Amino acid sequence: MEHRLDHRVIESIVAPGSRVLDLGCGRGDLLFLLSREKNARVQGIELDAKAVQDCVKKGLSVFHSDIESGLSEYPDRSFDYVILNQSMQEVKNVDYLLQEALRVGEKVVVGFPNFAHLRARIMLALGGRAPITQALPHRWHDTPNVRFLSIRDFEEFCRSKGFRILKAFPLGADRIVASWPNLFAHNAIFVLAK
Amino acid sequence: MNTNSLDAVQTQYFTFAAPPDRLPLESGKTLGPVTVAYETYGRLNGDRSNAILVCHALSGDAHAAGFLKGEKAPGWWDNMIGPGKAFDTDEYFIICSNVLAGCKGSTGPSSINPGTGKPYALDFPVVTLSDMVNAQRRLIDFLGIDIVLCVAGGSMGGMQALQWVASYPERVRTAVPIATALKHSPQQIAFNEVIRRSIMGDPAWRMGDYYDHGQPKNGLAVARMIGHITFMSDRSMEQKFSRKLRNGNYGFKFATDFEVEGYLQYRGDSFVKRFDANSYLYITKAIDYFDLSDGRLFPEGKKIGTRFLVISFQSDWLYPSYQSQEIVRQLKRRQVEATYCELQSTYGHDAFLVDVEEQTELIRHFLEKARYGNAGFDEGDLRWNTGWTTG
Repeated sequence: MEHRLDHRVIESIVAPGSRVLDLGCGRGDLLFLLSREKNARVQGIELDAKAVQDCVKKGLSVFHSDIESGLSEYPDRSFDYVILNQSMQEVKNVDYLLQEALRVGEKVVVGFPNFAHLRARIMLALGGRAPITQALPHRWHDTPNVRFLSIRDFEEFCRSKGFRILKAFPLGADRIVASWPNLFAHNAIFVLAK
Repeated sequence: MNTNSLDAVQTQYFTFAAPPDRLPLESGKTLGPVTVAYETYGRLNGDRSNAILVCHALSGDAHAAGFLKGEKAPGWWDNMIGPGKAFDTDEYFIICSNVLAGCKGSTGPSSINPGTGKPYALDFPVVTLSDMVNAQRRLIDFLGIDIVLCVAGGSMGGMQALQWVASYPERVRTAVPIATALKHSPQQIAFNEVIRRSIMGDPAWRMGDYYDHGQPKNGLAVARMIGHITFMSDRSMEQKFSRKLRNGNYGFKFATDFEVEGYLQYRGDSFVKRFDANSYLYITKAIDYFDLSDGRLFPEGKKIGTRFLVISFQSDWLYPSYQSQEIVRQLKRRQVEATYCELQSTYGHDAFLVDVEEQTELIRHFLEKARYGNAGFDEGDLRWNTGWTTG
């Protein structure tokens, strides 16, 4: 089975036997991978009922809930990793969510689409159209995203909040981008700590 | 959906706490001897690791699945228990017992008090969910089972599942509380109080001592009608009855005009034939006393190894989803691995009994995982060690 690049990268980040919480875990493909390959103890939170059913079919534990209200009951440091892969940009209160994630998890893994990818810049600057790229496939009226950010935006945000960036992976279509990440990366994965 | 049903099931009886032994109760009183009516389906495996305890709701009984000899209707959760169903009798050994204070074979207020030779009536001690679970535990001991793979149930059955974890966490591998709550809310207590007042306000109730004269029919029927209203949803009632009239037009009398009236009367009248009024009082009181909030679900210091599957239904206004979410909050506080799902049924509280397709999927896979863990699966070892570091 072929796994998504972002899932393989996150798999490489997570240490064996870790406790992992995936916020917006979807159908549970990533958690399943981590559970199998890293023997991780995994828990998901997912809003879509159908996706929750799919997770249970994979033998995963998942809470049917929105991710913004999903964290407050957890004691500090309940998990080694809290993952927000392709879900942070769908959340209104990003600051609060990341603060909570960093309280509940030792480390936080954030994956998001890069709004400053070359193609997006061209579509907006020259085409005069809202960008549609591989990582941002939705049209303006049907996108689930409510936050649009670039890799540089996120680095600056982390600095302003005092979040430590332990690692960052700029992802191209099928490999990690070697240079000019903010221009050539479709997605980025950051590993944060307090 | 699988429609296979078990045939030739039978109710069995286990009696304990015979003199000089007594069952101690939460109230401080004791009771004995105590009989528990139960049924089992499927076979207990060699290492006794496949036992599932299914717990019934307020008016249920030990007959959860299959057909009793000579009866046309199957058990109350027949759509969930049987070969290939959610609780697969080809895989698991399923036990269902009638609760303490019930009237379907277990000791309750209609049972004969050995001290007087007459029914206990109100001399029967008030019991709690914890007492009911203690009686079940004696049955489980008697069946030679140390650890149950799962305790499952809806409504009051879900409360029993939660109480099992609170009372005997080391004996429960997984719990499936459905359409239930950690504690009874004032609204829920209020409904139960109206139900009790309806029974106790019927002159035929005779302070509970009606066994020589017959049930307080009117009071018990109205009590059950109230119950049925709370089990349905506004939408399911609209779908089922709308404003349909029984005879096509208004009668301009206080006779039955609407289909919904006829339905409730039918439900009330048939309940009188099958359920003891005093049992209804005792069991609703036990439910009202139920409260595992404030850390009582998982007492401090106890290690919780039990995994949970919590299920609620969107249209259930008697046990709304927020109450299941409160259970989930307790699980998070204690970092318990768990699954919670709110299902979309329109059937209200009754959904856990009648709208079981998605519930079946959830439970089937949850139990598979509980029993076998993840099945093996190979793939190439992919490792990515590159990446740049900033900041």
